[in-house]
Amino acid sequence: MAGLPRFLAGRLIKAIVILFAIVVINFLLVHAAPGDPAMVMAGEAGAADPKFVEQLRQQFGLDRPLLEQLATYVSHVATGDLGFSYRQQQSVWDLLLARLPATLVLTLTAFVFALVVGIVLGTLAAVRAGSVSDSAITVLALLAYATPIYWVGLMLMLLFSVQLGWLPAFGYETVGGGLSGFARMIDIGEHLLLPALTLGMFYMAVYARMTRASILEVRDMDFVKTARAKGLSHGAVVVRHVLRNAILPVITVAGVQAGHLIGGSILIETVFAWPGLGRLAFEAVLQRDYQVLLGIFFISSVMVIVFNILTDLIYSLVDPRIDLAR
Amino acid sequence: MRTVQTSQRRYRDRLRHLLSASLMAAALGLPVLSGAAALSAAPALAADQPARGGTMNIIVQPEPPILQLGLNQQGPTQTVGGKIYQGLLTYDKQLKPLPSLAESWDISPDGLTYTFHLHKNVKWHDGQPFTSRDVIFTTTKFLPEVHSRARANFARCESITAPDDYTVVFKLKEPFPSFINAFEVASAPIIPAHLYDANTDYKNNPANATPIGTGPFKFKEWVKGSYIHLVRNDDYYKPGLPYLDDIYFRVIPDAASRALALESGQVDQSQYNDIEPFDVARLKSQPNLNFTTDGYEFVAPVSWLELNNRNAPLNDKRFRQALMYSLDRQFIRDKIWFGLGQVATSPINSHTNNFEPNLPKYTKDVAKAKALLDEMGLKPDANGVRARIRFLVMPYGETWQRLAEYVKVSLKQVGVEVTLENTDVAGWVQKVSNWDYDMTANFTYQYGDAALGVSRTYVSSNIRQGVMFSNTMGYSNPKVDELFASAAKENDPVKRQALYSEVQRILVDDVPVAWLLEMQFPTFVSKKFNNVITTGIGVNESYESVYMTKR
Repeated sequence: MAGLPRFLAGRLIKAIVILFAIVVINFLLVHAAPGDPAMVMAGEAGAADPKFVEQLRQQFGLDRPLLEQLATYVSHVATGDLGFSYRQQQSVWDLLLARLPATLVLTLTAFVFALVVGIVLGTLAAVRAGSVSDSAITVLALLAYATPIYWVGLMLMLLFSVQLGWLPAFGYETVGGGLSGFARMIDIGEHLLLPALTLGMFYMAVYARMTRASILEVRDMDFVKTARAKGLSHGAVVVRHVLRNAILPVITVAGVQAGHLIGGSILIETVFAWPGLGRLAFEAVLQRDYQVLLGIFFISSVMVIVFNILTDLIYSLVDPRIDLAR
Repeated sequence: MRTVQTSQRRYRDRLRHLLSASLMAAALGLPVLSGAAALSAAPALAADQPARGGTMNIIVQPEPPILQLGLNQQGPTQTVGGKIYQGLLTYDKQLKPLPSLAESWDISPDGLTYTFHLHKNVKWHDGQPFTSRDVIFTTTKFLPEVHSRARANFARCESITAPDDYTVVFKLKEPFPSFINAFEVASAPIIPAHLYDANTDYKNNPANATPIGTGPFKFKEWVKGSYIHLVRNDDYYKPGLPYLDDIYFRVIPDAASRALALESGQVDQSQYNDIEPFDVARLKSQPNLNFTTDGYEFVAPVSWLELNNRNAPLNDKRFRQALMYSLDRQFIRDKIWFGLGQVATSPINSHTNNFEPNLPKYTKDVAKAKALLDEMGLKPDANGVRARIRFLVMPYGETWQRLAEYVKVSLKQVGVEVTLENTDVAGWVQKVSNWDYDMTANFTYQYGDAALGVSRTYVSSNIRQGVMFSNTMGYSNPKVDELFASAAKENDPVKRQALYSEVQRILVDDVPVAWLLEMQFPTFVSKKFNNVITTGIGVNESYESVYMTKR
């Protein structure tokens, strides 16, 4: 592990270069879309006039040359200032921080659910390859993978909220309930269940399929045979030898997907009225709220980079043959 | 302490209650009450005894960018802001003015002087007294700076003065009888002078974050992305009102989820486009909901296919008439809007003042459409195509997409090939306002009056590039300009109607746009709430007299 600091320093430098490129490219892409926030706000007002639109453009700084706007933006980001949303009359950091907890709660719950259930189901299926339970798990995974999550969300809502009345249909918590402490956590949990299940289902299917395939590949390798020949129990062979090796590709995919979860949560956040970053991003696109949109791109880029570094670290823990220093 | 029971729990209790009632009835050999009968019995008994208390949950979609009603007039801002702020007047369903902050008003016989007498015991939510100073500040400084519709109206005034604290006098430069229709809460919300007149940068005033009005409900809290919370104004100037303790506006971005939230009883009201037309029939049969299309008389929009009058062949009146003959608008109303609205026969909605009922009507007639195209010399080519036009799909949801597909199929029958182009709202506004389209769909609110909400679409002085909801078609007819101008200042109602009738006749012949429907919006309200839709501004009303039926 002596190479760890060097590894981290190297990755950090790369990350900064990548982030700079992302900021510039995103800025140009966002501004290439037709229409600007002044047009959108003018359109919404129902009866805009040129004076109003001009006022807005000046206020947003949209009347200045694009490169000048870019230079201003990059210099602000470099000092940690993500800008101000004139539309929402709030700093971008405040907006993002207000929405981040909801998204993290949703995506992390879904991610852990998907990873744990996916790996367990995949392992069970592989261990009993060809059996009825293997077929059942395979069919289930295929269904979960192929069904649009939007539809799954609505069906779960219809069943558990409208028909059975067990769970709330939407929102983050009961408003006006005046709950606090543990009661509030339970309340948020009730609201979280359906969206997390819906979001997690798709990824669960991916991990189950990958785990199964990977275990089937690993279980016939020589070192597994050796372990069995040593007289190790079936469970010990599966968990300590087969799974440990089979799980590497699952970690790779999970690492990449963890960063994507923000994007994946846009639909779920919309269906369940979950007040997270995904929805903020979607609305920012429609409203051409440039600063907010760029802020969200920035945050999610940082998350992808961080998750990638974490994935590499976890690699070296799971498989000591991988040396980060090289 | 008052315990707040969530609607979720109430729904569960109700289900349990119904279930046990049914079981008991079955055990006793009685006929089982249907859910509908059991639920509607209670409100009928208590309907005439309004009582304090209750929480209302209303859908708000999209989430407003800001609640300061002077600075933003988007529909959702009006629905929320209409409970916080007030105008001098409001309007009944026939668009007759009703008192709001003004308790009475007089109009001089020459139509030049409008005198408003204000309520005397009104306070702002921060405790400051409301006086004529606030009205003067709002109508001479604040609104002319930030509210384009109000700016146009108050620019007609030679002077706006306050002889005392409770009287305001508007003197017009020339008669403008529509002036009396421009005072509801979204057209001219009265803003507290004491919070705004010190700093003229109104858009960035910190007070915008915590709106202070005179209305029956006060702003309490806004959790962005989740809800806006308003609470009862205990110092409201009408004793005993409002009845409700608080109102939550809930943000639910997905249309299907909104329908489910209404069905499950977690929200009590939806309005405007919250529910897609294809879901309306299903929700109408829900035993817990009342349905109405009333309350939109003031906005009363007409929808149309917007035609760029600059581009060939759309620059030829005969081509535009042929379009009208190619469309089965009854089909559009029945199958695309699922029965919401009615076929438009004039540029003016029949709910709007000065509508003319006796106009030539267009019905689908493919032969007539083809004859007009033949007359223009547009003969079918080898593929049967006479002309090609682009249709920029209006990005306001699935119904408008279906409309575009229907138009494409209909026009193909007369040999006009339509290419559909898709974009989002920002792209649509950009293209339409810069005249970069052949055909799109559009609608505008009419604000109860042709001079306030209709003429702007057709007069040539309103051809302004880059400005949405102006005369973006580029239609220009000097006779139409002159008639609209004369009608706007005609004080005699009979002569005014004659002028408006004539302009409607010319427009229907010229077809600057292909009118579709007098639009209707569905409002669903939980049967627990009474007195909800009472005027022509419907869901944007103050809700001072809305009350909840106690079970």
